[in-house]
Amino acid sequence: MAQVHLRKVVKEYEGGVQAVKGIDLDIADHEFVVLVGPSGCGKSTTLRMIAGLEEISGGEIDIGGTVVNDVPPRDRDIAMVFQNYALYPHMTVYDNMAFGLTLRKFDKGEIKRRVENAAKILDIGMLLDRKPKALSGGQRQRVAMGRAIVRDPKVFLFDEPLSNLDAKLRVQMRTEIKKVHQTVRTTTVYVTHDQVEAMTLADRVVVMNHGKIEQVGPPQELYHHPKTRFVAGFIGSPSMNFIPARLEETSGGLVVRMTDRAVLPVPASRTARYAPHVGRDLLFGIRPEHLTEPHPNEHRPNIAHFEAAPEVVEPMGMETLLHFWVEGHEICARFDPAVEVAPGRPAAMAVDMDQMHMIDPKTDLVL
Amino acid sequence: MSASTANTIASYTGKKLGSLRSERRWALWTAYASLIVATIIFLAPPFYMLVTSLKSSSEISNLSGNPWLVRAPTLENYKELIANPLFRGFFVNSVIITLCVVAISMVISVLAAFSLARMKFWGSQALATGVFLTYLVPDTLLFIPLYQIVGSLGLLNSIWGLILIYPTLTVPFCTWIMIGYFASIPKELDEAALIDGAGWMQMLTKIFIPVALPGIIAATIFAFTVSWAAFVYPTAFVTTPEHMPLTIGVVSQLIRGDTFAWGQIMAGALMAALPPVVVYAFLMDYYIAGLTAGATKG
Repeated sequence: MAQVHLRKVVKEYEGGVQAVKGIDLDIADHEFVVLVGPSGCGKSTTLRMIAGLEEISGGEIDIGGTVVNDVPPRDRDIAMVFQNYALYPHMTVYDNMAFGLTLRKFDKGEIKRRVENAAKILDIGMLLDRKPKALSGGQRQRVAMGRAIVRDPKVFLFDEPLSNLDAKLRVQMRTEIKKVHQTVRTTTVYVTHDQVEAMTLADRVVVMNHGKIEQVGPPQELYHHPKTRFVAGFIGSPSMNFIPARLEETSGGLVVRMTDRAVLPVPASRTARYAPHVGRDLLFGIRPEHLTEPHPNEHRPNIAHFEAAPEVVEPMGMETLLHFWVEGHEICARFDPAVEVAPGRPAAMAVDMDQMHMIDPKTDLVL
Repeated sequence: MSASTANTIASYTGKKLGSLRSERRWALWTAYASLIVATIIFLAPPFYMLVTSLKSSSEISNLSGNPWLVRAPTLENYKELIANPLFRGFFVNSVIITLCVVAISMVISVLAAFSLARMKFWGSQALATGVFLTYLVPDTLLFIPLYQIVGSLGLLNSIWGLILIYPTLTVPFCTWIMIGYFASIPKELDEAALIDGAGWMQMLTKIFIPVALPGIIAATIFAFTVSWAAFVYPTAFVTTPEHMPLTIGVVSQLIRGDTFAWGQIMAGALMAALPPVVVYAFLMDYYIAGLTAGATKG
């Protein structure tokens, strides 16, 4: 078990292209940290630098109190699970899991004990004599995890481990990974492009974009208090709606004016925060789940109402998604499936203004 | 849809299906015919060798009758050859040369291919191309400078001279096959091995060689065939029978002036061809798998 610290870490490729642009990150002991972002954001490169599979162009990586910049992967005491499992095809499951320990000259009895223990945690005891080609995708992923667990390393590194699995299995394995972490408590760095995976697994999520860290925080913090437009849009599914709007002051307080027909009052609690931006053209951000059907017995304050005709209605079973356009911008609302809606028929909508965000389009920062 | 339209579609579909079937029949017939012709062309010489090896000298020199048939089959030619210590010497020489050349070629080409395919270093790509280009230089051009080199090492007229120079024929192609095979192995496998604690040598011996076994077998078969069948180099570098391999031994010792011991020559050639045939028969699948590795996305 160990802490991991990244200090001003840079990865520059030949030709001067910077994949990682000086990131700082402190990962606590036992913590499960997920690096998330779109492809090309530098998350996998960061993980590979921690693993020692990529050289560091600048900065410092510290694992368990030792700077490992020039330490080869085998001496970093880390274990990694790859997207394509990377199991040794000519070895049995047992040998795959035992390989790292055999190379480290562990006693045979100890190897057996560790492999059997890991097999028990992952429920793959009956597969130990099989070769990887005789396993399903989910089983292969478990073996890959087993190979990491037996080593009892300081840090687990996961590089998009669920991307090759089908949707159903992915959900199952996600739970499995969380369960394993709760059992072994090893410090974990996990890379994914899937924000749902990030939200469900992480103690803290690191959102990356263009080689930089946009925001680090617990999932709920990122969801409720994104610091940038990118984080606001990336976290949450379907993503947050962004609508150009002007912040205006009226006798009743501040309002957000999207169109002449859609003017929404800003909650009094936000007045002080937004007051300096009155008169500016900003972006109004609201998540689909905060744009719903009105509730007749709604007593909460700060619920604004307006009407819009959805152009597309998507019944999802547990919810219905409504898509409509405001000033050329697509907006998504999330309705209770019991509410009857039809494309082209105006529907009353309720906006929970306590959940609103205002974004400065010039800096892309959430105000 | 009107009835006439439906009829037109039905007849059109029927015709289309019929023509597809007949096209397939044509393709099959053409394939069979070409294969039969090719088989006859390729099998006629060994068949003629077999027929001739089973004939006595008098039957071979008798011009009457069909030369493709044996009237009085005899194993005399085989018996005489096997009893001939010179022939046994040729065989032993060929075996020693081939075993050594295969071993040397595989050690060099596996190590070379592993480093060229997996350890990215400056110039590795150019080196890989260079290795293959050397394969394109024919041995008929190389034997003159090689004669000087082998001569200066004092290895002329010795099987060790042949063992030294045959790898110039085998290593480039074997390396090229192995580069293809190693390159087709996902890079995550060596990364996993690196993290598991393997060094480069352990990675090669414990992961790459077992995984690339079909490729190694293909390269081994190639090295075996080339060194077993080599003719130009032994002709140029070996002059006395006790150092000759089968290929030139059979020809040089069984032809005395204008006297050709055809029966024994054919028997010797057939026996010399037997080991490669056996090797190919058992390892053909590996050979094909090895040669085509990396051709498709795995």
